[in-house]
Amino acid sequence: MIPAHFGIWHRLGARLLQVSSWLVLLFLILPILVIVPLSFNIEPFFSFTEGMLRLQPEAYSLRWYQAIFDDPKWILAIQNSFFIGFFATLIATVLGTCAAVGLARDDMPLRRLITALLLSPMIVPLIITAAGMFFFYSELGLAGSYLGVILAHAALGTPFVIITVTATLTGFDYSLARAAVNLGATPLRVFFDIIMPLIRPGVISGALFAFITSFDEVVVILFMAGPQQRTIPRQMFSGLREQINPSILAIATLLILVSIALLITIELLRRRAARLRGSEADVPPAATS
Amino acid sequence: MARSLTTGFSAFALSAALAMTSFGAHAAESLTVVSWGGAYGAAQKNHMIDPFQKDTGVKVLFEDYSGGVAEMKAQVESGNIQWDVVDLEVIDLERACSEGLLETIPHDILPAGADGTPAADDFIPEALASECAVGNIVWSVVFAYNEKTIGGTKASSIGDFFDTQKIPGKRAMRKRPQVNMEWALLADGVAPAEVYEVLATAEGQARAFAKLDTLKNDIVWFDSWSQAPQLLNDGGAVLVQSANGRFYDAIRQEGKPFVIVWDGHVYDLDAWAVLKGSPKKDLAFKFIAYVTESKPLAGMSDVAYGPTRKSSAPMMDPAAAPHLPTAHLDKGIQAGSDFWADYGESLGEKFNEWLLK
Amino acid sequence: MSTLTTSEASQAAGARRKKRLNAFIFVVPLLLFILLTFVAPIGSMLWRSVHHPIVAELIPLTLAELQHWDGQQIPDQKTLTLFASELHGLAKRRLSGKLAEEINRSYAGMSSAVKSSARKIGRLKPEQLPSQGAETLLKAHRNWSKPELWYAIQRAGQVYTYDYYLTALDLELHPDQGIQVREDTQIYLQLYGKTLNMALVITLLCALLGYPLAYYLANLPENRANLLLVLVLLPFWTSLLVRTTAWIALLQTNGVINSFLLSAGLIGRPFEMLYTSFATVVAMTHILLPFMILPLYSVMRGIDASYLRAAMSLGAKPIPAFVRIYFPMTLPGLSAGALLVFIISVGYYITPALVGGTDGQMISNIIAFHMQRSSNWELAAALGSLLLALILLLYWLYDRYVGASNIKLG
Repeated sequence: MIPAHFGIWHRLGARLLQVSSWLVLLFLILPILVIVPLSFNIEPFFSFTEGMLRLQPEAYSLRWYQAIFDDPKWILAIQNSFFIGFFATLIATVLGTCAAVGLARDDMPLRRLITALLLSPMIVPLIITAAGMFFFYSELGLAGSYLGVILAHAALGTPFVIITVTATLTGFDYSLARAAVNLGATPLRVFFDIIMPLIRPGVISGALFAFITSFDEVVVILFMAGPQQRTIPRQMFSGLREQINPSILAIATLLILVSIALLITIELLRRRAARLRGSEADVPPAATS
Repeated sequence: MARSLTTGFSAFALSAALAMTSFGAHAAESLTVVSWGGAYGAAQKNHMIDPFQKDTGVKVLFEDYSGGVAEMKAQVESGNIQWDVVDLEVIDLERACSEGLLETIPHDILPAGADGTPAADDFIPEALASECAVGNIVWSVVFAYNEKTIGGTKASSIGDFFDTQKIPGKRAMRKRPQVNMEWALLADGVAPAEVYEVLATAEGQARAFAKLDTLKNDIVWFDSWSQAPQLLNDGGAVLVQSANGRFYDAIRQEGKPFVIVWDGHVYDLDAWAVLKGSPKKDLAFKFIAYVTESKPLAGMSDVAYGPTRKSSAPMMDPAAAPHLPTAHLDKGIQAGSDFWADYGESLGEKFNEWLLK
Repeated sequence: MSTLTTSEASQAAGARRKKRLNAFIFVVPLLLFILLTFVAPIGSMLWRSVHHPIVAELIPLTLAELQHWDGQQIPDQKTLTLFASELHGLAKRRLSGKLAEEINRSYAGMSSAVKSSARKIGRLKPEQLPSQGAETLLKAHRNWSKPELWYAIQRAGQVYTYDYYLTALDLELHPDQGIQVREDTQIYLQLYGKTLNMALVITLLCALLGYPLAYYLANLPENRANLLLVLVLLPFWTSLLVRTTAWIALLQTNGVINSFLLSAGLIGRPFEMLYTSFATVVAMTHILLPFMILPLYSVMRGIDASYLRAAMSLGAKPIPAFVRIYFPMTLPGLSAGALLVFIISVGYYITPALVGGTDGQMISNIIAFHMQRSSNWELAAALGSLLLALILLLYWLYDRYVGASNIKLG
């Protein structure tokens, strides 16, 4: 990559770039990886014991994992996270996909304004959203209910669905759909047989985004949900505030596994989308699916 | 393809709907009870919550909070009631009661003591002083040091807490004006009997803040009592304020080399109360009547908190007796519940401004 | 070639309308959903910041009577008696605490006076009120004899008010001199300044760390770059709480970093890193760095490296060539990343709340404080509305220069 005639300074510069880049990569990844071994600490601390550093097996244990599965609060939190996440994702994906299909059409009126409005849940700070929802949903009697939390999380997830689905729709030729209509296809069939196969990767990755948004959300939960709707991040938040306890590290390790699974899924989807559109080369990597 | 997707979705929806109904089912007979967590929470779970769940079949959601009236206020004023029963410090109780955040509890729901004494005579008078609550424990705010980290000079008085020359190192205190203002005045030489009188004047408040100022750079603030033993254990602070039971539990259960200093302790009651507008008011009363019987109250001696019923005394762990606040009353003052009902809010504001300075 | 007839033109317009309607119908469900679940709540917050009927509901008679007050002396006996009897009623209904809180907001330090006065007046019998009410009130606290207090009560009684915005901007309304800078403590402007400052530091750090890394990755062969990108994407996909937990474990007094430095003999006693603004900045830089790297990377990947090489082979020095040719081409990615990081960090709540201590708090934390701790929801709403205005301004800039629909995701 570095031509030979660039000389020592260039090579030094390139080496410097390489070293600093790796340092930044380590800064990104190390804090997350550090959690994993600490979660097997037999002591109730957040730091490495001498025994751990010497790799003595008796310094390690699964007691914090056991503690999670023995604690009904954690069990409830895990159930809640998946339950709320599932329904929020369902609503966000259906509404978001539908809207993205409309927004992608050339004849969409007020497109810019509507896009900005529909994407705003992603931009407005969560503390403002949460405060507003607390006032409004309390008046409707929806605060402290599953329905309220699900609706709130669905609203927060829709922008991601719009973005990912829109990305798969760019360049879509609507004359295909029009031709199908002219040949007598019902709009529903057009949607499922022509549009859907094309946008499916976008829909699925949008759904994953919506899910992780709900799964990771804690501010709205803090303000609006009751003890009954406690989720994993909410339980972690109070754990970190009150009694710092390594079972949080155990659940964090489990969550890291969840994010690895999501990352792999997204990457597979990206490859699939690229294949569908013909060539791998003109699709940027996962970063910009 | 489209079909498989649809089938997949409906299967998902179906299972989720099933999950929804099961969620609905166990929401029917449940009660949310809020207390302080940590060792105290564990004792309550053992002696109060678990037996209640077993005997009545009601599912109790046992939550932690870290004191104050704000969360209750938010719930009552927004009409979004999440908590049914709360364990309150009497410091907060009068305020919550006078601001209309709590239901009135008819004291005739309380059964007679284990020895047959009627409730009205069995409870100590302070426990039934408020129409909004039933007293639960007698406990105290104290400070302690760790033999391992204290160094040569040991602390023995409240003055030492404020004396960083004598005992260098960080102090850990709960982030609120309550008790800290009292301690500042006691350390500044105010007589125990006059603390609240002085604190009611602008000059007295200024005096307390001036005393706290001398310590300000050495204070580690925490929000919840549960954090306190940890700070003392890991050397985060040399002198740590907490509820006496938290230290007692760490000493007894985990063998920590902690030493409690009783001088200037501020003792108080904790009481069970019901949030105004709780949809489960009757069940909540039933809960309170159940958990303030002689036996559950005696169980609180696990964490060196004294019972509020005289009839509990014979059932207590005798080893705890010398560690109960009632064994050290001469060294302490009683927390002023009326004072904090009136001044809690304005001193809370001044305290926050002082923190930000 | 024939000219368009009017009917053909209107037909075409009709067809266009129909098409537009068709497109619009797809958007309607989500639009309604967002309006109901998201926009309406925010509207209710804005409304609350100016609409405040509570005091007017608590002491309507006193407020009506105060309209005839000259504002110079203590209100007359009639007003005082009326107030005493309303206070008596409030004490009996356990609402005097609410009134105390409200008056305290416009006249700091009054809550204890109102509460103890209510306690004293509450002890009077209803029939004693007309004769002794006013007297008991004046004796209960000396501030009841101050016209400023009654002015404050009058202001607190307004149903529509901009007072909370004044407070949020550290201003106050003086009876004679009009709007003035608040004398005692200036909290909020300072906090806004600190928040912007911290957001700026975080954005700069992200740019400083992210730019070289993105450049390095963009110039690697695609397969290798994709592999290394996983190290950027994994943190991006990892729960915020997990990442914050990680920093707590690292930065604690007896945490990983301190125990490493201690055992290596590099330091004598542990550093205080957690619960400081340093902790907030480090943790947030870590959390937001991917938002900087990803747009930079995608822009840099699209730049043909041969430009730079061509310039240099034509004799340009590497640094000027980089500054004048390459850097400008990466500006779209840099500005997109920087604006995104800045917007997100200005409104951040969770991480400062968990690792910031008292020193590392941002404006969101004070909003949460007024929501949850001091129960001053109106002030929280006013502070939130100002923050919202700031964010919308930034969002508008973003939309203008980057395009909201160009937001890319990992």
